[in-house]
Amino acid sequence: MTTSKPARRRDTTDKRAEGIESKVEGFNARAKEAVKDQELHDSISLFTNKTLTGRNANFWALPNAPELREKAYRTKQETMANLDSYLAQMADAVEERGGNVFFASDGEDVVKYIGDLARCKGAKIITKSKSMATEEIELNHRLEEDYADLDLEIVETDLGEWIAQLAGDTPSHIVGPILHMNKRRVTEVLSGVAGEELPPDVAALGQFARERLREKFINADIGITGANFGVAETGTIATVTNEGNARLVTSVPPVHVVVMGIEKIIPKFEDLSTFVQLLGRSGTGQKITVYTNFITGPRGEGELDGAEEFHLILMDNGRSKLLGTEYEEALYCIRCGSCLNVCPVYRQTGGHAYGSTYSGPIGAVITPLLKGDKEAKDLPYASSLCGACSETCPVGIPLHDLLLKLRNRQVEEGMSTRAESLMFKGFERTMRTPAAYRAGAKVGKIAQKPVVKDGSIKRVPGTGAWTNFRGLAPLAEKSFREMWKEGI
Amino acid sequence: MRVALFIPCYVDLINPEVGVSVVRVLRKLGVEVTYPRGQTCCGQPAFNSGYFDEARGVARHFLDVFEKEEWDYIVCPSGSCTTMVSHYYPFIFEELPDERERAETLGHRVREFSDFLVNVLGVKEVGASHSGHAVFHTGCHQRRELGVLNEPRELLRNVAGLELREWENEELCCGFGGTFSVKMPDVSVAMADEKIAALEKSGADILISCDSSCLMHLGGRLKKTGHDTRILHLAQVLDSGKAG
Repeated sequence: MTTSKPARRRDTTDKRAEGIESKVEGFNARAKEAVKDQELHDSISLFTNKTLTGRNANFWALPNAPELREKAYRTKQETMANLDSYLAQMADAVEERGGNVFFASDGEDVVKYIGDLARCKGAKIITKSKSMATEEIELNHRLEEDYADLDLEIVETDLGEWIAQLAGDTPSHIVGPILHMNKRRVTEVLSGVAGEELPPDVAALGQFARERLREKFINADIGITGANFGVAETGTIATVTNEGNARLVTSVPPVHVVVMGIEKIIPKFEDLSTFVQLLGRSGTGQKITVYTNFITGPRGEGELDGAEEFHLILMDNGRSKLLGTEYEEALYCIRCGSCLNVCPVYRQTGGHAYGSTYSGPIGAVITPLLKGDKEAKDLPYASSLCGACSETCPVGIPLHDLLLKLRNRQVEEGMSTRAESLMFKGFERTMRTPAAYRAGAKVGKIAQKPVVKDGSIKRVPGTGAWTNFRGLAPLAEKSFREMWKEGI
Repeated sequence: MRVALFIPCYVDLINPEVGVSVVRVLRKLGVEVTYPRGQTCCGQPAFNSGYFDEARGVARHFLDVFEKEEWDYIVCPSGSCTTMVSHYYPFIFEELPDERERAETLGHRVREFSDFLVNVLGVKEVGASHSGHAVFHTGCHQRRELGVLNEPRELLRNVAGLELREWENEELCCGFGGTFSVKMPDVSVAMADEKIAALEKSGADILISCDSSCLMHLGGRLKKTGHDTRILHLAQVLDSGKAG
């Protein structure tokens, strides 16, 4: 999960001098490759166009969509202002129902809690339903490494996550983890597991997955889920899925562990009516997902299903430091993924280019916030600031404004190149002084003479980032202000 | 009606003919036009690269130049530069109450060209004619921050001889994004290519926008890829045909 591993393999054809251009490393290097991948592009278009059509029909078509969004924003705002008391309230409610609650300050705490629990239970098989919080802390990998002696078999049961796990891949989208894979690739992965050639047929592949996963569901010792929402008032956690796997993960094994980011909390049970609507409609474009589960503590007396033991892990992992700051709104996210679907950058590059668990606009915002600017230096710049993300966000996070603030934070921290900061200092001086602006234009007009050909500026050192790809119009013979002076 | 022109720096220096068309169209509609000589740039390049201090320096100069009562409105042929002043000056002066107030007051008087024509002057037809098949690209600031979506289309639909066509995924950004276009040129150009594919599919031979910056990017890419699509600012189209 390294965010900006220096790739250092500079393209030798790249004539860009270090300056305003981003180095061809990190996001920029991965994106450069991704935009050439037509298969990836087709897969992304297929998924995002379908979910966008659904979202437009089912969310923005709601007559009260703006009110719902406003309500969700206000609810989150109030929740964050009183987060400590809501978390305490939720913990009390869970404990009252016989559940266990653990506050984890980071991923290490979570790994240790679950690893120790697995040891204590003598667990062999752990089933999981889709959870971005556990992806964020690389739970599977860490458990396998730190608790190697337990020889745990950890199985993702969301179909996409399972295929990603089998392929040794990571999710490239919050909601559609393997949208970057097409049918051919999925068939290849599953055939490898089956040890025989499976037909590239969705029903047959689904049947194969069902048979394999069923065996794990039945024999699991511990089930791990995330939480789409956690209700402070009742201690209820909500999971929404389309495959029903979360039900098998939470009801068959004797132990259910929930890993929930602390920002997923909402005050009241009735708030679920707002948030569940927003999540399904804007995430997948469904009015409601196929399975919506509300789980409150372990199986009670006289109840027919539910785990015997219930553990709620409330994970901070960098979130609480955003409280009360100008970045707090980033915590309002309900992980619907719709900002990824509308983002023209994401649509060109896919999620892996971001090099972080969370991709797209929300990933570009929260990765530097949770992990530090140096870990995700290039992500705030991975945006044309078109604002489609802020426009679509069902809880009204001003994503592109937060990206701007993050760029400013890097500048203030002195992270930009010297050449760039000198350039903008010069820019300010020039633009504050009309005489300097006019003189600059005059010099430019003379300087460009040898390089203007057929109405375009030919290659000039330092302009390659533009001219390698696009024609560059020269300065006009006469500026507007000169024409005005002469009379229009 | 008296207006001050705010001509963005790249229009002043690279596409001055756009400014000339703005003047001609406004005068034709009986508007008295003036051009404050001290103007330079709105500061957006520094702002969107994260250099807020430098952007504030430029913004202060802008406020000094335009904060006069002798004109009713400030009209700008760019949705993006209009947004910088009307939306993002208050944003960068958020913690400086005096300047924020100045910025907010001035922000209300700055209007994008098509917004001014339709919503202030109440004009939807200017008596222009232009032949060809066109698509219109709405810049993202114009679309989302200003919400000026229908105004340019209404004006274009009333241009005699011009057929305005729809194109796929019209709402997608062209990929310019200010310094984004040179910081991450590969992605920026991939975005332009998607727009160009949609343009080709529409069969249009003219690309029109209210933002010369989007046009510089899309037009530059069209030229590089051997297209002969005509690139026009809305003001140039409205200024074409028989003199009224």
